[in-house]
Amino acid sequence: MEWEAVIGLEIHAQLATKSKIFSGASTAFGAEPNTQACAVDLALPGTLPVFNGEALRMAVLFGLAIDAEIGYTSVFDRKNYFYPDLPKGYQTSQLFHPIVGTGYVDITLDDGTIKRVGVTRAHLEEDAGKSLHEEFPNMTGIDLNRAGTPLLEIVSEPDMRSAEEAVAYVKKIHAIVTNLGICDGNMAEGSFRCDCNVSVRYKGEEEFGNRTESKNINSFRFIEKAIKGEIIRQIDILEDGGHITQETRLYDANKDETRPMRSKEEANDYRYFPCPDLLPIVIDDDYVNQVRATLPELPDARKARFIEQYKLSEYDAMVLSAYRDLSHYFETVANTADDAKLAANWVMGELSKLLNQNDTDIKDSPVSAEQLGGLLLRIKDNTITGKIAKQVFEAMWAGEGSADEVIESKGLKQVTDSGAIESMVDDVIAANQPQVDQYVNAEPDKRGKMIGFFMGKVMQASQGKANPGQVQGLLKQKLDALANG
Amino acid sequence: MLDKTLAELAQGLATGEFSSVELTQNYLDRISAEDGTLNSFITVTPEQALAQAEAADQRRAAGNVDVFTGLPIAHKDIFCTQGVRTSCGSKMLDNFISPYNATVVEHFNQAGAVSLGKTNMDEFAMGSSNESSFYGPARNPWNTDCVPGGSSGGSAAAIAGGLTPAATGSDTGGSIRQPAALCGITGLKPTYGRVSRYGMIAYASSLDQGGPMARTAEDTAMMLNVMAGFDPKDSTSLDQPVPDYTLKLNDSLKGLKIGLPKEFFSGEIDPQITAQVQNAIREFEALGATVKEVSLPNTHLAIPAYYIIAPAEASSNLSRFDGVRYGYRCEDPVDLEDMYKRSRGEGFGEEVKRRIMVGTYALSEGFYDAYYKKALQIRRLIQQDYVNALSEVDVIMGPTTPHPAFKLGEKNSDPISMYMEDIFTISLNLAGMPGISVPCGFANGLPVGLQLIGNYFAEERLLNAAHQFQQATDWHKQTPGQ
Amino acid sequence: MSLDRTDVEKIAHLARLNIAEQDIQEYAENLSNILDLVDQMQAVDTQDITPMAHPMDAIQRLRLDEVTEGNQRDLLQTVAPAVEAGLFQVPKVIE
Repeated sequence: MEWEAVIGLEIHAQLATKSKIFSGASTAFGAEPNTQACAVDLALPGTLPVFNGEALRMAVLFGLAIDAEIGYTSVFDRKNYFYPDLPKGYQTSQLFHPIVGTGYVDITLDDGTIKRVGVTRAHLEEDAGKSLHEEFPNMTGIDLNRAGTPLLEIVSEPDMRSAEEAVAYVKKIHAIVTNLGICDGNMAEGSFRCDCNVSVRYKGEEEFGNRTESKNINSFRFIEKAIKGEIIRQIDILEDGGHITQETRLYDANKDETRPMRSKEEANDYRYFPCPDLLPIVIDDDYVNQVRATLPELPDARKARFIEQYKLSEYDAMVLSAYRDLSHYFETVANTADDAKLAANWVMGELSKLLNQNDTDIKDSPVSAEQLGGLLLRIKDNTITGKIAKQVFEAMWAGEGSADEVIESKGLKQVTDSGAIESMVDDVIAANQPQVDQYVNAEPDKRGKMIGFFMGKVMQASQGKANPGQVQGLLKQKLDALANG
Repeated sequence: MLDKTLAELAQGLATGEFSSVELTQNYLDRISAEDGTLNSFITVTPEQALAQAEAADQRRAAGNVDVFTGLPIAHKDIFCTQGVRTSCGSKMLDNFISPYNATVVEHFNQAGAVSLGKTNMDEFAMGSSNESSFYGPARNPWNTDCVPGGSSGGSAAAIAGGLTPAATGSDTGGSIRQPAALCGITGLKPTYGRVSRYGMIAYASSLDQGGPMARTAEDTAMMLNVMAGFDPKDSTSLDQPVPDYTLKLNDSLKGLKIGLPKEFFSGEIDPQITAQVQNAIREFEALGATVKEVSLPNTHLAIPAYYIIAPAEASSNLSRFDGVRYGYRCEDPVDLEDMYKRSRGEGFGEEVKRRIMVGTYALSEGFYDAYYKKALQIRRLIQQDYVNALSEVDVIMGPTTPHPAFKLGEKNSDPISMYMEDIFTISLNLAGMPGISVPCGFANGLPVGLQLIGNYFAEERLLNAAHQFQQATDWHKQTPGQ
Repeated sequence: MSLDRTDVEKIAHLARLNIAEQDIQEYAENLSNILDLVDQMQAVDTQDITPMAHPMDAIQRLRLDEVTEGNQRDLLQTVAPAVEAGLFQVPKVIE
């Protein structure tokens, strides 16, 4: 019998509001502990929440982007449990009436087929603070800066059957929330986190097996590894005649394994009830339509447009459409240079290489899209060769100026003076008599390949600046003249 | 000067008969002399009070005067006061110096009022006798063997005893009206959402409402002018215009339609109370009002519904008292769970723990529908009773409490009998409408309260009716013998 | 409705309340009495009644997304039982 995994995901996306969901404290990342936790965040006696309208707008925008039902009346509930980084002793969340109901996303599998993954719901809630266990010997330190940061919890249907599908789904949601501008998507800072529910069963069975939940995994790679590991662990247990315990597990990236969470061992009774400090959120068609009007183009639509408008390949279009900033950059380069194919090659090639090497976000690229477009124009008008362009690009990256400035200051302008090129060609022919002899004695249809040697020598002599077309033409003319005696 | 009303004291300050510093010092002296017996204050703040009085006198000298400038009041210790201990009557917050002011406190400060201190109360406002206070019970100035009522018992006792002319209170199931009745003063629970709850430590969020307590309806109107208003910090605060509540006090009551709910005049009720209330109704008829019987058929369900809804909300509201960020933390916890359980076990008193347990149980898995949801459905039935009755009449009247003040310790051992004392007040919190209690006589030498109930935002009408009654009677002028 | 010791212990744990051994019985009795009182509700048919969570059917107001609170750590931590390096301290938590 063959095993099959059943995977459902809960994604927590921090909404990119300036202030918290229920207080006026800042949500900026990385501040000194507890300097962004106000009286409301600390749950001082008597303090009360007031809901941030921007969090509502962002949640509705997400709902529209996944073609979901929108909750015209949604209600905040209290989820009661004690934990030191949960100041009120309850988390304000939405259980009974979430802001976003059922929707879906389509993911592309490795074999190119499209699979639809259902989204059960997405609801608003507040983040907890952070518990720091390593700072002190016998104590845990509590930092409440993150407490009250708005989260959109996106719950999928258990529709995925492999770690790869799960990752494709997570990437898709990541692309959507970042494209919408509602989440910065920074997984390392915890802005986008994932809990993975995994169970296994024999293929063809209807019933789900007991599942485990692996919490707070913060990279695409770890999600894949954690799920794969968990599937193997469960199959091993079941094949040994064991039983899967329904439990919450914590993924340890250092050991690449999950382990049960001590703090979640006891069965919880969260005693949900509607939060009496907050009133029902009621929105109407006007509100939804206003939000809908701001819906930006999403990756799927953009990919189709790129193929249509720019004649990109399926693969190039997929890569370049995934993220708003990347797409925008590409389009600016393509329009500036008036050459989409060249723009795609450079954005996916040289630019991506340097961004990766320097761990730089495309928003912070030292070479702007306009500047890169300007460089490509110089290739197209034969001012420089493609090879020199890479050199110019590196100089631009290093802050040495625009393409034209670098070309000028480094004297990289292509040599097109036919007199100068002819003398370099003559020099090379004179200096390489054995190769000239080989060329002359070769069958005419073999000569084409042999010309590359002389090309290399001339380009070397010109430090890459000679116009390759002119060089090639002259070489062929002169060598053929020798051969034909 | 200590038996004067706020309105009279404002007059005295305006005419220069006395300064705010003199007035404040008089009250502080009176507190020193009397509060050893009454125990109506948890914290007295003489230095701050005199500084505020000094500032008020200067403000007056500069001609920058508000109605409240220089008038002394006291705050129930449920309102957060910056730099002053805010205990909520609990050991849990015995060490809590609030770093911020409640909106209500902020309003009084801006109006130039002088705060004498913080008044005693049942712990976390859970109680009807003041006996659950960590600081010991306040006593009834009419008979110090008797309770002043609760939970705003300290405020009521302090006013009745002449220790402050007025005070703030809060009312979740009768906590303003019941002690007002038992101490022979006037107390108003406004419409839910009329007075900001920000900084008023939550007991049951959907029922809690701050309000004024004073000798007269006129004084409560002056207080409400300061307290009422929209607060952007409180999501349940209502953005409705605030009238000047003193403007219609003198309107005639001719044609006022009064409804008497038959359920408020039957069952477990002291016949002397019924008699005094009926006398008061006749007084209203003499003032031109008409009277008819109405029915609030679900009254008997109010206490059951309340004792699910209030504890459920409280069990969650009080989870923040965990010994982590403020408040009581037990000695030498061995681990986190020990810290939680002992801090809360030692920091909360019996009644608070009891209600947390009831609420926790009612919300726990498998019981939600049978208890919490059911109670919310009953709540709507009760609200509809009031809506129906108030479509026929302008004001509903009846007794505030079934009995006058009882002896300290008398009902302490039987929580249920204590709960029943709120039978006439509790339903109004469920409905969210305003009610006022005014003195209307005595039973065995103890004050009796008449309750007036109106529709949402009908405070003006209630205050008008109460004021006209007080123009025609002098029950509110009676003071306990020294 | 009658609660026994186990119920009381379970509720006390959920509510993180330390209840002295000798008081458990009394809590059980008091809580049972309260539940008997509230059980009067069960006699009423509420099938079609919409639960009323708030006194008035008002709706939530929306706050503008503005940062209005600055760093108040020093003030707010004056009332904290234990603080080190700006962090609230609690007995070690094992995840």
